[in-house]
Amino acid sequence: MAQAPDRSTGALDYLVVRKIYGNKAPQSGSDETGDKMAQATGDGPKSNGILGPVPVLIPLAIFIWSLSFIGPVSNGEVVRLSYDWVPSLGISLSFLIDGLSLTFTLLISGIGALVMLYSNTYLAGHPQYGRFMLYLTSFMLAMLGLVLADNLISLFVFWELTTITSYLLIGFDNESAKSRRSALQALLLTGAGALALLAGLIILGVAAGTFEISEILAKGDEIRAHALYLPILILVLAGAFTKSAQFPFHFWLPNAMAAPTPVSAFLHSATMVKAGVYLMARLHPALSGTDVWMWTLTIFGAVTAVFASVLAFRQTDLKQVLAYTTLMALGTLTLFLAFDSGYAITAFTTFLITHSLYKAALFLMVGCIDHGTGTREADILGGLGRIMPFTAAAAALAALSMAGIPPFIGFIAKELMYAGAVEAATSPVFVASMALAANALMFAVAGIVAFKPFWRPGQPTPVEPHEAPWPMLAGPIILAVLGLIVGIAPGLIQGTLVTPTVAALLGSADEAKELKLWAGVNLPLFLSLGTFAIGFVLYVFHQPLRRTLAAIDARAPNFDRGWDRVLDGLKALAEFQTRLIQSGVLRRYIFITFATLFAAIGTTLYLRTDLPDLEGIEVLAPKQWAVVALIIAGTISVVLTRSRITAIAALGVVGIAVALIFIMYGAPDVAITQLLVETLVVVLVAIAMLSLPFLDKPGRHDHRPLDAVLALGVGTVTTITMLLVLQQPIDLRLTEYFEQTSWPEAFGRNIVNVILVDFRALDTFGEIAVVVVAALSAYALLRTTAKEAQ
Amino acid sequence: MSWYLSLPLAIPFITAIFAFFARKSVYGKWISVIGSGASLLASAALMYVVLQEGVIAGQMGNWPAPFGITLVADLLSAVMVVITAITGFAVAIYCMGEITERMEYLGYHALFQVLLAGVTGAFLTGDLFNLYVWFEVMLISSFGLLILGGRKEQIDGGIKYVTLNLISTILFLSGIGLIYGMTGTLNLADLSLAVERVENQGLLTVVAVMFMIAFGVKAALFPLFFWLPAAYHTPAFSVSAVFAGLLTKVGVYALIRMFTLVFDHDVQFTHTLLLWVAAFTMIVGVLGAAAQSDFRKILSFHIVSQIGYMIMGLALSTKFALVGAVFYLVHHIIVKANLFLIAGVANRIAGSTELSRIGGLYKSAPLLGILFLIPAFSLAGFPPLSGFWAKYILVAAAIEIEAWVIAGIALLVGLLTIYSMTKIWGQAFWPAHPDGIEPKLSHMPKFQRWCYLLPIAGLATLTIIIGLFPEPFVTFAERAADQLLDPTEYVTTVLGERAP
Repeated sequence: MAQAPDRSTGALDYLVVRKIYGNKAPQSGSDETGDKMAQATGDGPKSNGILGPVPVLIPLAIFIWSLSFIGPVSNGEVVRLSYDWVPSLGISLSFLIDGLSLTFTLLISGIGALVMLYSNTYLAGHPQYGRFMLYLTSFMLAMLGLVLADNLISLFVFWELTTITSYLLIGFDNESAKSRRSALQALLLTGAGALALLAGLIILGVAAGTFEISEILAKGDEIRAHALYLPILILVLAGAFTKSAQFPFHFWLPNAMAAPTPVSAFLHSATMVKAGVYLMARLHPALSGTDVWMWTLTIFGAVTAVFASVLAFRQTDLKQVLAYTTLMALGTLTLFLAFDSGYAITAFTTFLITHSLYKAALFLMVGCIDHGTGTREADILGGLGRIMPFTAAAAALAALSMAGIPPFIGFIAKELMYAGAVEAATSPVFVASMALAANALMFAVAGIVAFKPFWRPGQPTPVEPHEAPWPMLAGPIILAVLGLIVGIAPGLIQGTLVTPTVAALLGSADEAKELKLWAGVNLPLFLSLGTFAIGFVLYVFHQPLRRTLAAIDARAPNFDRGWDRVLDGLKALAEFQTRLIQSGVLRRYIFITFATLFAAIGTTLYLRTDLPDLEGIEVLAPKQWAVVALIIAGTISVVLTRSRITAIAALGVVGIAVALIFIMYGAPDVAITQLLVETLVVVLVAIAMLSLPFLDKPGRHDHRPLDAVLALGVGTVTTITMLLVLQQPIDLRLTEYFEQTSWPEAFGRNIVNVILVDFRALDTFGEIAVVVVAALSAYALLRTTAKEAQ
Repeated sequence: MSWYLSLPLAIPFITAIFAFFARKSVYGKWISVIGSGASLLASAALMYVVLQEGVIAGQMGNWPAPFGITLVADLLSAVMVVITAITGFAVAIYCMGEITERMEYLGYHALFQVLLAGVTGAFLTGDLFNLYVWFEVMLISSFGLLILGGRKEQIDGGIKYVTLNLISTILFLSGIGLIYGMTGTLNLADLSLAVERVENQGLLTVVAVMFMIAFGVKAALFPLFFWLPAAYHTPAFSVSAVFAGLLTKVGVYALIRMFTLVFDHDVQFTHTLLLWVAAFTMIVGVLGAAAQSDFRKILSFHIVSQIGYMIMGLALSTKFALVGAVFYLVHHIIVKANLFLIAGVANRIAGSTELSRIGGLYKSAPLLGILFLIPAFSLAGFPPLSGFWAKYILVAAAIEIEAWVIAGIALLVGLLTIYSMTKIWGQAFWPAHPDGIEPKLSHMPKFQRWCYLLPIAGLATLTIIIGLFPEPFVTFAERAADQLLDPTEYVTTVLGERAP
């Protein structure tokens, strides 16, 4: 069994998988190709069988079903469904279909169907295909639940379900250490954000008096004026920013590319990472409009967008390039959510749709290249245009949309962004220049991803290049062509998706701006032309620039390594603490236990009581002093002797002295019992100890002085407590009752006996059980042979 | 009424006697399973009656309270008895797969049943000294189970276990003596009235702290939990599952009972102290788990951490927080016992519980993977599993009264719990086995496989049911919390005419 090679870039997860599991009879090198894989349906491990494509039907059905809501939603209706879930906690399973959630639903289910179709070929014959589809489908359903939920806690439940399923998906190549690390990183980072989010949602719910989102959104002014608005905002944004990979929580997303390519296309571009963006959009009516909201989103969004575009430029693995461009898109979306102007929100919505279309197409396209050539290295790939014409076409269409070239929808989105930036309330120049920088870089990146591998000369690839089979081409082609169609005819999404979404965020459909290819000669147009010019220059010089960036990046602080250091630190702290506390030394455990007793009782005595009144204490008679002296002498002998026999005998002295006390206070029966027990114990233990050696001499680290101090301390606080108790009036109800009823009702003259066998017979029964079990245990231990003890 | 109360207690004792005499035959284990099943039925009947009629009480030997010993069940007691019986039944089935003939011969099943009896007794008794007796029954039978087999590490763990628990026992007994001296009664219901008459209320607080320490050792609170991680990874897996599920929870139960029924006179002091203890217990426990590299040791430290959550619910002492504590208690027993059972299967097919020495379970034993993920994610508080609601209620209860710090700690500890649970998943399940073997469930004989997997699947199903349909459980916990906060019904039922 081969171990999956851990190639950091250019690794073909598909091939790795096949090397491990697939292909019983390899014939030649070219057998590693996707063509034959795809053609060999029905040939044992190379296909997923006839049930393979069945999961596609689920998202497809959902997609078609959600299309039926377009009518009502575009008429401004809002569909609401609600089921009681935990009514006593105010949590219902309620769903809301408005423009925003419908747009997301269509994107998730539509892209989901294409991705699943793609996966059936991409992972053909993979022995864990079933698990993969289970995770992917669960993820998709969780994501749908998230965007449709109308209850904060239900939303959170789905949110966490996406976290779990994506953990399993990122770690799908489970025997690769890199996959496991990436999965854990994503889980912990988004998990940390999720816990902040949970706190934020609970506070929000408490502040608003309800967990129903639609009710909360109607109380926007009340919430913004609430004393806890700021904590709510910070906690909710912490959840959104980690999930949507905003700087400085961005680093998990590129690492998550360890997942199979369809997963990256689905989770890490179109859906999961947009959950944070979705949440901000969903709560926009309730939380936006304050300076804190505006500036926080502006700064985080802008920094993420520009930082990510620069880093995208620096990558050579096509999948990594796309990962960073996704970060850029997430930053941009966040940036435009900062505002509440019509242009900004229209730009947000249009870009959301645009990005999902082209980014999913590009990821799937990279999967096709990977599948067809065995590498994803931008520097190696070239000249694929003739061999992989359909992939090349899909790539070109998607990339043109990404570069923002007319007549693609990407152009419209970009124009709207500039329009939104120009009227931004915070700082138009800042926002516009950030958008410009990001867009120019995107233009250049589009060239790197979709032009160079196909139309520029390259180097030989690990696998003889060949075109991908149609189920893998369907997705990228459909999505890329859609980008063109809605660009030419923006009316298709204007009334159906964009306007209702803007209405969901801003409260009125009138706020939505028109999507049009030609908006006249205006500032956004000039900015667009500037974008193309800068982008073109960047593309031409991208290789020297990349080298420079790589040199800078090598010296800049690395978040990913910082993450490792945080985990190492946590581990070191945990180990330090455990060494300190769980030392394995019983003596120390006992010491701490008694020290706790001393400190707790002592402090409570000090804080809550006065010292006992010593005047009322009776003075001891000489014979009583003698008993006290006996007890003290016995105790000291036990502590100081090195002979076990002496110790047990001295302990016996203490016991007998206690029996004497019972006699003095008129309880001869108890005293007799005590004497018998003491004698028996001394004899038995002495016999057992005969064969044991002397106790060790106290070494250099003699703990006994400290132990003695503690013992005296515990003795003192116990004595004080007892003296205080003795000064309380005693209630003798039970004694009187026993005296009165012992003979007439229980027919016994010896009250102690009657207590034991009648009044409190259950105690006696329990104690008998204790003795029997003790005997059983001792028997079991004695029967243990030396061999078993090993 | 009495029968409903005494049957769940009597059945395990009777089972123990039969199991002991059948210890050399193949019937011993079946007797244990049948007896546990009967206990389950009896406790279900008890639950039914308590749900229908409210608190019920039975006076043993017909001596009226507070003079004899009273058994009493409110909703909290009833649910603890039921959950004990469920755990007992599940583990008894598991034992059929795990326990060797040699251990059966040494009286394993009898000890196991006596332990269950002790736990049940502790939940049902309405008398402070009787509670002490059940603690002793539990201690001695658990010690017997702990050292059964006699390996060196077992003895080492057993000595630490028994020594530290004996200190707790002594403190408990001293506390009983002191409070008897102040009130002249041992009946809990009677005590809850008698403490109000005590002149020196400050001294009552001192005694309360003494009980807090005694039960704190039993419940494995910071800084008194040492015995737990020292011992829980050493015995048979079925033993550690029962320990993990039930033993510390008796301590938690005792704390909840005493600090709602008897010691509610100085909440400002006692419950603030408890809140601090809860915070430290949560943090120290979870960090301890993060430092371990053994399946069972990680789980053991988690117990400590999660005890902190339950005590947090008690310490916040609002109704909502107590709902959380009760919910957490029940959820935790199911999940935690199950994880120890799963560790046993992993050990059986992969050869160890030391994480660096095993692997490959995800690929070759996917069913075990699913069965692990359910309780593991539940423990970490992921929705929609039982642990999410438990954590949610507690955090929401803290936020509601603006106890920000403890809410933050509870959430942070949740994150660290995820971290240490993924340690198990990321080492035992995902990577290949270091020795290149493929651990498969089918390597076990069929009978053993069923004995191992049925209880695990059953407990996992319970986790999912609570997670998906939490409403009836939350409503139940609310009623239980109501009874705890207003013990009038408890007191009047126990004392009858003598109640004020």
